[in-house]
Amino acid sequence: MAFDYDKYLRPGKLPHIWCPGCGHGIVLKGLLRAIDACQLEKNRTAIVSGIGCASRLPGYVDFNTLHTAHGRAAAFATGIKMAQPHMNVLVVGGDGDGVAIGGNHFIHACRRNIDMTYVICNNFIYGMTGGQFSPCTPTGDKASTTPYGNPDPTFDIGKLAIGAGATFVARTTAFHATQIDKLIAEGIRHKGMAVIEVLDDCPTTYGRRNKFRSVVDMMKRFKELAVPVAKAATMSKEELDGKFVTGILHREERPEYCEQYAQLVKRAQNL
Amino acid sequence: MSTPRIEVIEQYCKGCSICVEFCPTNVLEMDGFLVKVVRPEACISCMQCELRCPDFAIKVHKD
Repeated sequence: MAFDYDKYLRPGKLPHIWCPGCGHGIVLKGLLRAIDACQLEKNRTAIVSGIGCASRLPGYVDFNTLHTAHGRAAAFATGIKMAQPHMNVLVVGGDGDGVAIGGNHFIHACRRNIDMTYVICNNFIYGMTGGQFSPCTPTGDKASTTPYGNPDPTFDIGKLAIGAGATFVARTTAFHATQIDKLIAEGIRHKGMAVIEVLDDCPTTYGRRNKFRSVVDMMKRFKELAVPVAKAATMSKEELDGKFVTGILHREERPEYCEQYAQLVKRAQNL
Repeated sequence: MSTPRIEVIEQYCKGCSICVEFCPTNVLEMDGFLVKVVRPEACISCMQCELRCPDFAIKVHKD
């Protein structure tokens, strides 16, 4: 049976603004399937975003949604979770929003291990503002501001999140559509900061500058370069060069921030 | 098993051709900037098109 996406979408909002073939639509569908699998109530779910193409996502979904300042989604989401700890808080954003402009908020949300699910749509570029390079643009690739190739090394979002203290870190790609909802659902069920990086395609500002003939070529590249975690464990560092390790990269149990804070409040009130 | 019904919402389709490329039995074809169901009888309801369509434009009803 076809999945009924309409029950989670705001009526009259489609077609969405994303370009033909943009993977954000695939991530949105995965997110809705994950929400359905976890049976989250609309009134007890908040979806927060910053600025960017991926950050337009909350505009289409029928939940409590918040479209905030550039890069500040994690900060606003932290506020919601602290004020209303019973809420399921999800954050959606791009690589530029999440780890460049919002990098500071992102690492501190990871450090606190606050119970939220952060879905980063990593399309390797600042799409909405005209294709400027982001910290995730692969070295040597072209963007509107690096016409001779990007000289910078790239951020590994997974390692960044693990290093900053996130307790659930996973990665998948827009090609692996069924894995998107499985990993997001795992992230929602996880108590603590869950970061799910979805490698995404941007045919308009990234693809056409980097010799991808079509969006299908970009999808096939994800298929070729994705290596599941179990297989990656058997491969050498040289073999993994240029590949994307997909699956659950890290999972641990650590005290969650809101619970810790509630205990602190109790302790202070007993004084 | 009856043949599944493939619904294309033309208003939403942006013609990215992802569904056409990933259909294992070549049920779909591009017709200009829109997708067209040309061989519905070959559909094996693997749902690849519906799963991958970024625009909510294609639905497979198994009934």
